Amino acid sequence: MPNATSQNGTVEDPAAPGVGRTRTVRFRVKRCDGPGKPSRWESFDVRVAQGEGANILACLQRIAANPVTAEGAKTTPVVWDAGCLEEVCGACTMVVNGRARQACSALIDTLAPNDGDEITLEPMSKFPVVRDLHVDRSRMFHTLKRLKAWAPIDGLYALGPGPREQPARQQERYAYSTCMTCGCCLEACPQFRLEPQPGRWDTAFVGANAIGQTLLFNEHAIAGELAPDRLDEMLAPGGVSDCGNAQNCVKVCPKEIPLTDAIAAIGRAATIHGLKRFFAR
Amino acid sequence: MSEPRRVIVVGGGLAGLAASARLAEQGLAVDLFSLVPVKRSHSVCAQGGINACNEVARQQGFSEWMHMDETLYGGDFLADQPPVYEMTHWAPKIIDLLDRMGVPFNRTHEGFRDLRLFGGSLFKRTHFAGATTGQQLLYALDEQVRRAEAGGAVTKYEHWEFLRPILAEVDGATRCVGIVAQDLRTMQVRSFRASAVVIATGGCGLIFGKSTNSVSCTGAAAARCYLAGAWYANGEMIQVHPTAIPGADKCRLMSESARGEGGRVWVPKTKGDTRHPSQIPPAERWYFLEERYPKYGNLVPRDIASREIFDVCVNMGMGIGGENMVYLDLTHKPREELDLKLKGILEIYEKFAGEDPRDVPMKIFPAMHYTMGGLWTTFTPEERAADPVMDRDSGRQRVTGMALGATNTMQTNIPGLYALGEVNFAYHGATRLGANALLSCIFDGLFAGVGIANSARDEAPDPASLAADVFDAPAKQEQDRAEALRARARAGAPDPEVNPYLIAQELGREMTDASTVVKTGERLEQALGKIRELKDRCARATLADASMWTNQNLAFTRGLSDMLRLAEVILAGGIERKESRGSHYRLDYPDRDDANFWKTTIAEYDADADAPRISYRDVIAPMVEPRARTYGKTQSAPEAVRQPETPAPAAS
Ligand SMILES: Cc1cc2nc3c(=O)[nH]c(=O)nc-3n(C[C@H](O)[C@H](O)[C@H](O)COP(=O)(O)OP(=O)(O)OC[C@H]3O[C@@H](n4cnc5c(N)ncnc54)[C@H](O)[C@@H]3O)c2cc1C
Ligand code: SF4
Ligand code: SF4
Ligand code: FES
Repeated sequence: MPNATSQNGTVEDPAAPGVGRTRTVRFRVKRCDGPGKPSRWESFDVRVAQGEGANILACLQRIAANPVTAEGAKTTPVVWDAGCLEEVCGACTMVVNGRARQACSALIDTLAPNDGDEITLEPMSKFPVVRDLHVDRSRMFHTLKRLKAWAPIDGLYALGPGPREQPARQQERYAYSTCMTCGCCLEACPQFRLEPQPGRWDTAFVGANAIGQTLLFNEHAIAGELAPDRLDEMLAPGGVSDCGNAQNCVKVCPKEIPLTDAIAAIGRAATIHGLKRFFAR
Repeated sequence: MSEPRRVIVVGGGLAGLAASARLAEQGLAVDLFSLVPVKRSHSVCAQGGINACNEVARQQGFSEWMHMDETLYGGDFLADQPPVYEMTHWAPKIIDLLDRMGVPFNRTHEGFRDLRLFGGSLFKRTHFAGATTGQQLLYALDEQVRRAEAGGAVTKYEHWEFLRPILAEVDGATRCVGIVAQDLRTMQVRSFRASAVVIATGGCGLIFGKSTNSVSCTGAAAARCYLAGAWYANGEMIQVHPTAIPGADKCRLMSESARGEGGRVWVPKTKGDTRHPSQIPPAERWYFLEERYPKYGNLVPRDIASREIFDVCVNMGMGIGGENMVYLDLTHKPREELDLKLKGILEIYEKFAGEDPRDVPMKIFPAMHYTMGGLWTTFTPEERAADPVMDRDSGRQRVTGMALGATNTMQTNIPGLYALGEVNFAYHGATRLGANALLSCIFDGLFAGVGIANSARDEAPDPASLAADVFDAPAKQEQDRAEALRARARAGAPDPEVNPYLIAQELGREMTDASTVVKTGERLEQALGKIRELKDRCARATLADASMWTNQNLAFTRGLSDMLRLAEVILAGGIERKESRGSHYRLDYPDRDDANFWKTTIAEYDADADAPRISYRDVIAPMVEPRARTYGKTQSAPEAVRQPETPAPAAS
């Protein structure tokens, strides 16, 4: 009878067969108990096996099960945000060794191959910290609302197919449509600043992802009906002209979205829209 | 004008968003709850596509009726048939709607929607948007709900956790009139009133430890409804996906579309062959699925593929290098074609396994993937004339679908409490066909949303008319439960005996080992004993965080306690179902037994025993008679393997 030990064939403890030598990885974590509370650094030592496929989140899980610092002090589990664990939901974004990225796709074998290697984890700095590595990105969703990032369809009843679309156009839209609202492009942007006051969100720089989304919706036959409204927002304070063209955003986007193309295209469209608006007065 | 009636929707995946959009369109006020911002819901993970009959397939001989038949056959005839009829017949309209919302479906040269082949079908009937179809569909619905939110019809409660439904006696019958929920940041617990409550909280992968699911797929929300008296149906029906990439924190899915686009599954013909796969000539590779299933080849349904891979690795010891892994090979396909159609999923492999699957065959093994079982739901059957086009292959005059707008559509056994999407038991029977889940979730929201709106408007009592204590008492109980957990907290590592994270790991390991690809009565009983032990330990679990701000430790431990109850449901259903059907394969009862088990398993919570009570209901099958589900299997084994050797112990 086939006995059913480990039917998913995965490796949980570093002693399992097929896995290489284990090593100790030191995590330096910037912690904060809540808004308005001071930050502090804590270090944790985590055992990781070569080839087990561990990422940062697997190590944070190990820390949660054993919340004791490298110095032996008892502490609380580190708080972090996660969803899909496969870099498609955007939740787990944090600053790893100084660079914003998804923690779920940050593999320990790549980042810390040797015994004693260190990994630094910090929350993103452009969003208010909720606790530890968990930040509040409501501002990004608010901006999508402001930009009317939707197709104003007639309703949910069957009314026949949507518009036909050439494959090249579909491919272009698809690229922008993989934006997972993660915030890496905003963390890297010199023009985008932390803004804890929701009242100021509508006048501070919107950031690259919002400009990319503007292009995505303006390019669609039905969603494009609202293009003038979106371009109005792009001409308003905090719109596309606040971009300093530093191009950091496009370099850090994990989905390789051509953000600077969108910035150029929307910049042009906004200018033309502004002129039209001027002459229509 | 009077205030609109309020409906609570718990869950912002495809099902919850589709329901919210529909309810808002019907003029109701929606309170939408989700653990994560809805745009990050688990539905983003879906890669492969969404099924629907289409004109090309129709001209090649396919029809809505055949889509229904495939779904029933795939599900080994365990699904009630009218919901499947209705879903498959709505499918083309749903694709059109998504298209209007702006989903970037892949296109043909002329600009029509492109199609791909998927498991369980001989026709191309799967629509897709790159390799991130779920993400694209979720975003489209998220956008429509954001539009409704901007218009004031939807209020979002994100980073809130549903803790229990609130039930009340109304006119002599028990009804669901609201929920208790907790803000996971401020830790505030409070009650909410509603005319109807919709549960759309997805599957329960985390009960199995490492699965292909997202971290929010704990099953705790479903468990809380079950603990409140809702029936849980076919709990034992858990789908194991044949092709996942084993990892330390989760098993990442390698989508079925990899096989749909020509991926071939093989192992070296020589046991323990240590050569690099590219060094092994085709004649020395055993393409076991193609040999054993000449008709469907690599595209047999998931349970069959999982079992065959398991058989080859565990029983025959033929896995790569003697380990529990087989190759999934796309290296014979041109790179450009792979990038065009599968880029997203190939990148996942590259990212998480560190090798380029365009050059090197992928190494994969089965992992827990989908929850076919779930909260039991009902509907109103509607008999009508067969459609000359959609039902041309049925040979029938009359068919039975669901009545649109009926107030019991997808209602649980508790009036006012509805379940939609993966969390209910409808549509997929004993196993789900690839690319049918996205369809069922969206269909559920759009179709049932109409009936739920009718119920909330016309049938339900006004929640404002109910006494405050109806709402305050359950909120107080949840408050006390949280306090009791907090009272036991102290910093540092708890004793392993009462460490919630270690208990969760043990739960996952036990469930994966006992209740996935191959089950036996004995092993399931043993697991049930283990769960009782874990329940006892969990009741004493010690937290390491006493904070009243974003205390994930508390939420985790509370969820674990409820997950353990659902694990019992899954095991008890598996023990009682003494047959093999679809994903449920009992080595001690290897055949399907229609006489005794062509029935829906119902688990009801017995509070005194703190255990499920199992009973059965007949499957509602007015149209299609069960037939043997073989997918045209032949006997086949490579010559190299004369006698299967002693069963190899699986890697632990
Ligand atoms: C890797 C992967 C690939 C897949 N690919 C495909 C495919 O190609 N085609 C296909 O048809 N299907 C596919 N599926 C299946 C499909 O994705 C799911 O069945 C479907 O997305 C489930 O949607 P849902 O709306 O029911 O729930 P989910 O998307 O899981 O959403 C659940 C929601 O409930 C919320 N929630 C949960 N618990 C609580 C609580 N206690 N309180 C408050 N909120 C709560 C969550 O926050 C979330 O918003 C795939 C599944 C996986 C895992
Ligand atoms: S190009 Fe513009 S948006 Fe991008 S990083 Fe630079 S300033 Fe920011
Ligand atoms: S554009 Fe890229 S970096 Fe910016 S939020 Fe979207 S996915 Fe993240
Ligand atoms: S958890 Fe979803 S992107 Fe990392």
